[in-house]
Amino acid sequence: MNYVASIGSYAIMIKEVFKKPTKWRIMKSLILKEIDELIFGSLGILVFISFFIGGVVAIQTALNITSELIPKNLVGFATRQSIILEFAPTFCSIIMAGKVGSYITSSIGTMRVTEQIDALEVMGVNALNYLVFPKIVALMLYPFIIVVSMFVGILGGWVAATFGGHSTSADFIQGITLDFIPFHVTYAFVKTLVFAFILATIPSFHGFYMKGGALDVGKASTTSFVWTSIVIVILNGILTQLLLG
Amino acid sequence: MIEVENIQKSFDGTRVLKGISTTFNTGQTNLIIGQSGSGKTVFLKCLLGLFTPDEGTICYDGKTYSDLTDDEKRNLRQEMGMVFQGSALFDSMTVEGNVRFPLEMFTKQSASEMQDRVDFVLNRVNLVDAHHKFPSEISGGMQKRVAIARAIVMNPKYLFCDEPNSGLDPKTAILIDNLIQEITEEYDITTVINTHDMNSVMEIGQKIIFLKNGVKEWEGSNKEIFKTDNEAVTNFVYSSDLFKKVRQMYIEERN
Repeated sequence: MNYVASIGSYAIMIKEVFKKPTKWRIMKSLILKEIDELIFGSLGILVFISFFIGGVVAIQTALNITSELIPKNLVGFATRQSIILEFAPTFCSIIMAGKVGSYITSSIGTMRVTEQIDALEVMGVNALNYLVFPKIVALMLYPFIIVVSMFVGILGGWVAATFGGHSTSADFIQGITLDFIPFHVTYAFVKTLVFAFILATIPSFHGFYMKGGALDVGKASTTSFVWTSIVIVILNGILTQLLLG
Repeated sequence: MIEVENIQKSFDGTRVLKGISTTFNTGQTNLIIGQSGSGKTVFLKCLLGLFTPDEGTICYDGKTYSDLTDDEKRNLRQEMGMVFQGSALFDSMTVEGNVRFPLEMFTKQSASEMQDRVDFVLNRVNLVDAHHKFPSEISGGMQKRVAIARAIVMNPKYLFCDEPNSGLDPKTAILIDNLIQEITEEYDITTVINTHDMNSVMEIGQKIIFLKNGVKEWEGSNKEIFKTDNEAVTNFVYSSDLFKKVRQMYIEERN
C-alpha cells in the first residue's frame, strides 16, 4: 500500500514540477549551475570507469575465444556492442544513481531538514519547480556524456586489446565497424534520456519528501540510490523489449 | 490585522488545535507561548498557509485565506515575511544573495534598485560588512539578522517568527527581540512570534496568547501576565525561581 501511495505522490510531484514556473532569468542560472554540477561534474568519473570497463570487456572476450573458427575481429565487435548497448547507457546510469542521485537527495533533503524548502514555500515560490526542474533540464544533456563514455569505452578496449597482445589493431578496428547498426545508438540514446529523467526525479522525490534529521538525510540518499537503480533496471528491460524485441 | 476563528487541526486522528480564536493586531508584537507539544508550531504553520486547518477561518485584513484563489494566495504570501527557528538561509547564497532572493523572484526592479534595497535592509538590521559572506561564515546572531532582513526586504504586512532567539546568548536574544519590535512599529507590521523565551514575553509581549494542549488558555499583555491568577499560565511563565521572585516582588509592591 505504501508503494502505491509513493507512486501517487511521485506522479503529483512531477505535475507540480511543471506548474508555476520560476522566472526565466533565475531559472537560466539555476540550469547552468546544475549542468556544471551534474553533467561536467560527472564526466571525469564516467571517463575513468568507461576506459577500464572497455578494456576489461575486450580482455575477457579475447581470453574466452578458444576456438580457431571464431574470427579475431570478435573482440572489437563484442566490445562495441557491450559498450553501446548496455555499459554506456545502463551501467553508467547506475553509477550516476550513486553519484548524482545521492547528491540530489542529500542536497534537497538538507534543505528540507534546515527549513529552506519551507522558506521557499512561505515566500510563494514553487519549490518543486525551483529545485527539480533545473535538474531535469540539465540531465537532458546526459546523452552527451554517454557519447563520451561510448567513445572512451571502445578506446579502452582498443588499448587493452592491442597493447595487451590480445588482438591486432587492424582486427579490433575491423570488429568495431562490423555490422554496425545505427539504430543501436538511437536505442541507447532513448534509454539514456528516459534514465536521465529518472535520475533527476526519483532522488529529488526522496529528498523533497523526507522527514527527520541529518541521519535521515543519509538514509534517504541510500533509499534513493536503491530505488533509482531498481527503476532503471526495470525500464531497461521494458525499453529493450519495446525497441529491439 | 489577522483574525483567527475556531481553528482546528488534527494529524492521524490526534487533535492538535482544538478551536483557537484570536486577533493579532497591526503594529504590535503578538506572542504565542506554551509548552512543547502545545500546538504553537502547528498554529503558526496554519497562519502561514503551510498547513490547511480542518475547520475555522483565518482572515488577513479582511481576506479569508480559504476563499482565495491560488494566485491570490501566492500574492498574499508575498506580503508575509518569516524568520525560521534555524534561520533557514540558503547555504549556496551569500548574505546579500539571500536578502536579494525575494526581490529577484517577485519584483521587476533593476539591479541597482535591488542593491539599494538590500543595502538598506542589511543596514537596518545592523549588518554592514557581511554582504559577501556565506551563512556558514557568520554567527548565529548574524544569521538571525540576515533572516530578519530577508523577511522584511519585500515590505511585508505580516511578519512571523518561530523561536527567533533560540540558541542565542541572552544579550543577542534581547537585541533580536528589540529589533523585531522596532521594525514592527516602524513599518506597521502585524508580527506573530512563537517563543519559549520568558525574556521575550516580558520585553516585547504586547499581546500574548498562551496555548495548552491545543486550546487558548489565556490571552493578555506582558503587563497583565503579572496579574493573572490563571494557574496554567503562572506555572509556565514563573517556572524558574528567578521569575517566581520577580512576580512575588511585583505582588508585594502592588499590595
